[in-house]
Amino acid sequence: MENYLLILIATVFVNNIVMSKILGLCPFMGVSRKLETAIGMGAATTFVLTLASGTSYLIDTYLLGQDLAYLRTLSFIVVIAGIVGFTEMFIKKTSPVLFRVLGIYLPLITTNCAVLGIPLLNVMEQHNFMESLFFGMGGALGFTLVLVLFAAMRERLEAAEVPKPFKGTSIAMITAGLMSLAFMGFAGLIK
Amino acid sequence: MTVQKSRLEAGATRATRKRHTFNGGIHPDGHKDVSNAAPIVTLPLLSRYVVPLRQHIGTATRVLVQAGDTVLRGQMIGAAEGYVSTAVHAPTSGRVVAVEPHEVPHPSGLADLCVVIESDGLDQAVEFQPLDWRNLDPSALRNRIRDLGLAGLGGAVFPSFIKLNPEGGGIDTLILNGAECEPWITCDDRLMRERAAEILQGVAVMRHMLGAREVLIGIEDDKPEAIAAMRTAAGADTGVEVVAVPTLYPSGGGKQLTYLLTGRETPTGGRSTDVGVQVFNIGTAHALYRAVALGEPMLSRVVTVTGHVATPGNYEARLGTPVADLLQAAGGALPGSTGKLVGGPMMGFELEDNAAPLTKAVNCIIVKHPDLFPARPAALPCIRCGACARACPADLQPFEMYWFARAKDFGKAQSYDLFDCIECGCCSFVCPSHIPLVDYFRFAKSEIWERERHKHDADQARTRHEFKEFRLEREKLEKAEKLAAKVAENKARDAAAAATAAANPDAAADPEAERKKAILQAALDRAKKAKEAVTPQNTESLPPAVEKQIAEIEARRAQADTAVEKEAGQ
Amino acid sequence: MLSAILVMAGIGLVLGAVLGWASIKYRVEDDPLVEKIDAVLPQTQCGQCGFPGCKPYAEAIAKGEADINKCPPGGEEGVKHLAELLGVEPKPLGEGLEPKPKAVAVIDDNNCIGCTLCIQACPVDAIVGAAKQLHVIVADQCTGCELCLPPCPVDCIHMEVVKEDVATWKWRYPIHAIRRVE
Repeated sequence: MENYLLILIATVFVNNIVMSKILGLCPFMGVSRKLETAIGMGAATTFVLTLASGTSYLIDTYLLGQDLAYLRTLSFIVVIAGIVGFTEMFIKKTSPVLFRVLGIYLPLITTNCAVLGIPLLNVMEQHNFMESLFFGMGGALGFTLVLVLFAAMRERLEAAEVPKPFKGTSIAMITAGLMSLAFMGFAGLIK
Repeated sequence: MTVQKSRLEAGATRATRKRHTFNGGIHPDGHKDVSNAAPIVTLPLLSRYVVPLRQHIGTATRVLVQAGDTVLRGQMIGAAEGYVSTAVHAPTSGRVVAVEPHEVPHPSGLADLCVVIESDGLDQAVEFQPLDWRNLDPSALRNRIRDLGLAGLGGAVFPSFIKLNPEGGGIDTLILNGAECEPWITCDDRLMRERAAEILQGVAVMRHMLGAREVLIGIEDDKPEAIAAMRTAAGADTGVEVVAVPTLYPSGGGKQLTYLLTGRETPTGGRSTDVGVQVFNIGTAHALYRAVALGEPMLSRVVTVTGHVATPGNYEARLGTPVADLLQAAGGALPGSTGKLVGGPMMGFELEDNAAPLTKAVNCIIVKHPDLFPARPAALPCIRCGACARACPADLQPFEMYWFARAKDFGKAQSYDLFDCIECGCCSFVCPSHIPLVDYFRFAKSEIWERERHKHDADQARTRHEFKEFRLEREKLEKAEKLAAKVAENKARDAAAAATAAANPDAAADPEAERKKAILQAALDRAKKAKEAVTPQNTESLPPAVEKQIAEIEARRAQADTAVEKEAGQ
Repeated sequence: MLSAILVMAGIGLVLGAVLGWASIKYRVEDDPLVEKIDAVLPQTQCGQCGFPGCKPYAEAIAKGEADINKCPPGGEEGVKHLAELLGVEPKPLGEGLEPKPKAVAVIDDNNCIGCTLCIQACPVDAIVGAAKQLHVIVADQCTGCELCLPPCPVDCIHMEVVKEDVATWKWRYPIHAIRRVE
């Protein structure tokens, strides 16, 4: 149990997928304009990532094994694409506005490097099934956390008096950099 | 020092009531002593009055007179239009000179429709009928109060008859607002000192109409004379209690006073009636006494004229008195004055034009001088110190609302409960960066209101458009149905005729065919007749040359006709 | 080699089955987005967007057939709202589609011949009148679409800009006094 908690804390804060591994920057910059959108994106990614981690573990362990290890990336992408397709249909049915607002970024979860990165990291670190699930969920929660924090800051930045050359994406980049620096402070949390 | 002492005394006499205090609030300099020493002076009759038709919150009144009419004092010249509205009356007898847009005391400086009355000097009044308020039907009494033009005199000018709705129900406490917390203003103070008994008679009417169990009269403790006068007048009347509240701006705000006196907090977006409390200004109670006991419509009010004038004081002036005349009554503005404020310095606005008249909403006119009202220093960026949040009596976060109002992100501003802001000005007063916060909130509020108006208009247009489309569709359908029915009818008839013809082949003369033939013949005859009856156009009043020409043509035509006939004959 | 093909085919089959089931289970009948877009549009029914009314324009936007910057009565504000709703970048209004100040149509009493052509043209039934009777426009209900102007045979309808009065006046944006840098 302690192990799982440790994995969660480590993936959310210490080894945050966006802030320290610099994965998933595309939706991080793209869907952080509004808080509501960021929360929606975070939820969708969490769902996809958790499911993808579990499924890809099962596929890697029971289907591929050592012999077919070269199919790993290929099969993972297929699985992720399938799950994203399912999520897309689900969101379109339940929340058409969120579907429209997420727009191109929803199918692009497929190509979110964080979503492929985490199952691959799972294999590399030789996690068991539960560990894989927690690693996936923790990574996704970490992604959601920074996305929501960042969106809240960007909403305020919209209203701020920013010097003209820094307006828009420039100041967002600077903010992201400062956030990354702040997350480095968690490095000493777990020895 | 004397004020301090009297405050203590006022507090000591009634220590029983539990004290509630709202958060925030400020202590601006009172400047009450400038104008509260002298008794109320009644302004003499003027030669000209300008009576705005919109003196209250809600719809403007429907004008009942036109230029050239003669009116009597107290005659209704504007009738209530719609629900949130109340009547307007002529302040004196005379002649209506004009009904036209005229300057009014409004922050916009825009003109509004006014009735300009030239006094005939006789000041004849219509007959005022006192109301038997104890026995009158409540709804009839309310209608009378609406027609007598009563509106709240505290500054918000909400039509009083709406607030006196006994069917609203659940009102157990009536609060009379004599706090008068804004600096400089002393009209309620003087009114309470001089006419306490009359105010309490008005209160009795209100209490009767609302069925309120308890009456609380809240007065700030910097007005010990007013408190004493009201207590004397109230005497042993149980259920009426005069409560001294600590001097703290804005204790005269409706929600704040409700909380101070009862401990009941008005919910977000609600009114004090939601917690069983109805609040009236004491000036309104006085006007209600005049309306009910004397039958007199709202014709005048007490207004404080203070600041940089020769004789600051309180003046009872008729509604419609131009501000210029009011200032003259107070000895005129002294040299060096830099403008006028309508209302208090916290919530009032600059008056552009002296021609604007006194309305039900104007409780104070302050003539400014740089020594009394130094120019506000230039605004600096917000440093998020939170001083405004600590001062806010409505427990809001003005710095957050400011942040979003400035960026015109109104949805976000509204999510910080912008509409619970009472615009008291405490935040602007304490802001170390001198940011005019309230200006931003007013701006944001009116933008949101306009958006709602547009939304409403759009919704209406959509329904009307959809209905029109539905109507066209229905008409098309109906036409098609009619056509189909006719075709079916004809077919049936033809079939029937064929059947009869088959059954009875001897009947050569089909009655239906006969009838049709006759109709056709009649139509042809008619057409022929009409053709004969037609006279050529443009034959009247022609020059002789043209007439001659026409005659020649006609002759030729006749000749040709006879020739043709001859040929035909041969 | 065979096992690799089998594995990938298996994964594909399973995923295909799941997606097929989901597409039936989560079928979206109509696009509720149209209603949402229609709610943002100003409902003037003026047709300046090139569609015969606000609803058809909303449908076109929802289908992606029309751009969001074709509605002058909505103004920049309206475009911003649409952009927010659809999650796209706001853009300036299209060529020749500058917003005008809000106006209402007014019929000149002296010249109206009572032909009812404007009544038929009005998309919101804001014109009252009958054949050979003077027509009147209900100002409160007029959306200022100008659709009644061209059909009038005697050109007796003109647009009057709605002026600000005490009831519709808005507080202005506060302007900071700028301090001189010494």
